[in-house]
Amino acid sequence: MKKGKDSILEHELVPKHEIAGEEEVAELLDTYKIRKEQLSKIKLSDPVIKEIKAEVDDVVRITRRSEIAGKLLSYRLVIE
Amino acid sequence: MELKHMAEGKEEAMEELTERIKEDFLPVELTATSEDLSETTVDEAYAKDIIVMLGRADEGEIKLGDIELKVNKCELPEKTKIELKHKLRAVRTKLSCEKLDDILQTVVAKYEKAKVDPREAVGIVAAQSIGEPGTQMTMRTFHYAGVGAIYITLGLPRIIEIVDARKKLSTPTMTIKLLGEYASERNKAEQLAMEIQETHIRDIGRIGISTGDMSVWLSLNERELEKRHIKREEVEEKIKGIGADMLVEMLEDGRLKIRGESKSFHELSKLERTVSNTLVKGIEGIRRVLARRETGGEYVLYTVGSELKRLKNQKKIEGVDFKRTKTNNIGEIAEVLGIEAARNAIIDEMSSTLKEQGLDVDARHITLIADAMTTDGVVKQIGRHGIAGGKASVLSRAAFEVTVDNLLEAAIHGETEGLKGVTENVIVGQPIKLGTGAVELVAGK
Repeated sequence: MKKGKDSILEHELVPKHEIAGEEEVAELLDTYKIRKEQLSKIKLSDPVIKEIKAEVDDVVRITRRSEIAGKLLSYRLVIE
Repeated sequence: MELKHMAEGKEEAMEELTERIKEDFLPVELTATSEDLSETTVDEAYAKDIIVMLGRADEGEIKLGDIELKVNKCELPEKTKIELKHKLRAVRTKLSCEKLDDILQTVVAKYEKAKVDPREAVGIVAAQSIGEPGTQMTMRTFHYAGVGAIYITLGLPRIIEIVDARKKLSTPTMTIKLLGEYASERNKAEQLAMEIQETHIRDIGRIGISTGDMSVWLSLNERELEKRHIKREEVEEKIKGIGADMLVEMLEDGRLKIRGESKSFHELSKLERTVSNTLVKGIEGIRRVLARRETGGEYVLYTVGSELKRLKNQKKIEGVDFKRTKTNNIGEIAEVLGIEAARNAIIDEMSSTLKEQGLDVDARHITLIADAMTTDGVVKQIGRHGIAGGKASVLSRAAFEVTVDNLLEAAIHGETEGLKGVTENVIVGQPIKLGTGAVELVAGK
């Protein structure tokens, strides 16, 4: 992962993206009784996905900063 | 209350009672606390509940750790937790374990109650909540934004631009934040502005064709060169860089003579144009850059034209704080910084536009729109080429725009209508599957 001032991961607008573990994904899908495909999507070509080296079918955990809730977890499925 | 006392000595009893009321029901700090609480953004109703509970008599003490631990265990949003902890810490001495549990329970209950119910039509509510204030927006397309002569689209046209996910904006602009002394010194900031602003050869001199020897001449303007910190040699280098066969020589009168492989007049005038459009300095597409001092005393650059990618990839210009630099072009943000950044940008841009117009729309509605626009991983417009057009239902699409085309297309491809959405069911006259209509109940025996 590239660090420093040029890395887009450091940009104010970019929230933290991490690849979610299998267990976490299973728990998430179970909580909301949904299938993986029902999650929001993120493209493999997304600059952040390239940086964190996620692959298709991975689920990415996004830690958003929210005006309403403060901190908020969100998930996106990596697609082609 | 002890009536016995009252019978024995009225005054004595009254005194005691007043004391007790003071102690138990009105702790001195309570005034401060209630003032404190009324300022909070958290639901005022539960703030009152806290005060009511604080008023009761208590015994025992709890520690900071207890608050931390117990609050963290609650199913509450992060922001509410932080605020709650802060408030509780302030009144810690008045709390007992039991009371703390009581407060937390109330807060959680209030939070649960404040949540949107499942199957609530949030989209409609969001649409109305933005649509209604939207009618009050002024139709002024352009607005002087106070940044010396840079105009930016605001108001309704800007909102439309955002929800349409336009690629070409009418007024693209970047806000470039600076690092260190570039941010604090006017000279440095202005110098940097010149580095970023595009400078073509046509901006720094006069150019013409000399038909006699089939060459192009260029007369550089010394004042402009100085102003933009450009050396003559740099210009020559740039011209030579156009093609391998470029010849540049200095004439006696200070003009530059440029000769290429031009054989015809057509080629010659083409060369003239190429030279004239050659970029000498700056980032192509950024037509103007202005340095402006912000309220914090920090210098910030505003641009006409937005080129986030080029700004990111350039290596030569120092002093730009890229991680705080923004553009109003959401498509560009999606491309350079990703879909999540685009989502944040949509929220920021929409709320600032609405706020600038003096309209107060709840952040939740705007967030919902941003979510709907970005949930597929690309920025989709709200309209027949985006969200509305992507709907599964034929009738719903036909009801939105271009009715005949949609129905025809669907008929050709043999689409089926599932009648699951709202619009379709309204069309066929069935109850819609929303709210209580979404669940089926069976009476118990």
